[in-house]
Amino acid sequence: MMSVIVFTLIIFIGSYFAGLLGSLTGLGGGFVIIPLLTLVLRVDIHYAIGASLVSVIATSSGSAAAYVKEGITNIRLGMFLEIATTAGAMVGALIAVYIPTNFIAILFGVILITSAIMSLRKKAEHISREKSKLAEKLKLNSSFPTANGPVAYSVKNVGGGFFMMLFAGVISGLLGIGSGALKVLAMDTIMRIPFKVSTTTSNFMIGVTAAASAVVYLQRGYIDPGLSMPVAIGVLLGALSGSKILVHTTSSGWLRWVFAIVVTFLASQMIYNGFIGKI
Amino acid sequence: MNPKTFKDNDMQAIIGWILRIGVLLSMSIIFIGGVIYLYRHGHIPADYRTFKGVPDFVHNAQGIFNGIITLRGRAIIQAGIVLLIATPVIRVVFSAIGFVLEKDYLYTGITLLVLLIIFASMLSGHAG
Repeated sequence: MMSVIVFTLIIFIGSYFAGLLGSLTGLGGGFVIIPLLTLVLRVDIHYAIGASLVSVIATSSGSAAAYVKEGITNIRLGMFLEIATTAGAMVGALIAVYIPTNFIAILFGVILITSAIMSLRKKAEHISREKSKLAEKLKLNSSFPTANGPVAYSVKNVGGGFFMMLFAGVISGLLGIGSGALKVLAMDTIMRIPFKVSTTTSNFMIGVTAAASAVVYLQRGYIDPGLSMPVAIGVLLGALSGSKILVHTTSSGWLRWVFAIVVTFLASQMIYNGFIGKI
Repeated sequence: MNPKTFKDNDMQAIIGWILRIGVLLSMSIIFIGGVIYLYRHGHIPADYRTFKGVPDFVHNAQGIFNGIITLRGRAIIQAGIVLLIATPVIRVVFSAIGFVLEKDYLYTGITLLVLLIIFASMLSGHAG
């Protein structure tokens, strides 16, 4: 068995790269952390979920601080959709106790593959100007700064997006991930929000969503300080490096491919180990 | 700050500031706790294979408080983690204040609803 110091060092390095990739792709660091902890280091999945949640909060808050200042984040939209994600996260954390760990592992793998596929889709930038009554009532339509001045956009399908966010919240609470991909899916595909806005607003919401389930996990003893420490520090440093790169580049196409390949491998391992009951 | 001129830009600046301070502070505490923990327990085997919950002294406020006074690394880390979890929640509280200052009562209500859900989650976790 490894000593605490070696174990901590390995987790720290793994977490740094998880945070970097998670931030650049908008998928979050939890996707790499949980397989790393459970499959490679044989950590019980409950501890892995707890540590991942802590890192998710650090990542989201750390990079949201940078994005919010850029003025890209739609704070009202984030706030409104947080009703759905926090309610979902609470439900997810509460039912997690009653779900067998191998089922959680399989579900994790399925969500992971879905997210990887979605992150590979061609991102056609669409600026919707259609008027939606509900979006207007909720003051969700806004604009974001670009090199050529502010660009105005409208929000479509508020109800559909809200429902998808409820689901994203449950998954986040159940698996201890940010479910950034599901949030981006809701905003990008359903609500037709420009990609940069949906990525940063999703990131903005992830911290609150994770906090809503972390308060449950904290009291259930899922959040172990010795394990969460290197995970949180590593992921945060990685995510900060990532957010510096993201703000200054327009394309990260090759990175999505790297991430998709890594993720598909990890996901199949999670599903396989879930089926043979090794998790 | 004059409430009449309080705008979304001010809110963005304050939210960014809260998140930055919260993360910086909590991560520093986690780091300090981590150094103490590794110094005192770095050589023992790491065992997370089976779920046993967390030690009592990091499981409740009383234990964490006593642990901080006696400089126990894991208690200090856990205090940092609690502060980290509180950071986005504090952000929501300040958003609520911001919406009041903007006289946006719809969003004040929405923000309070989010706080209520987090509070309910905290209580239900305690019961479970």
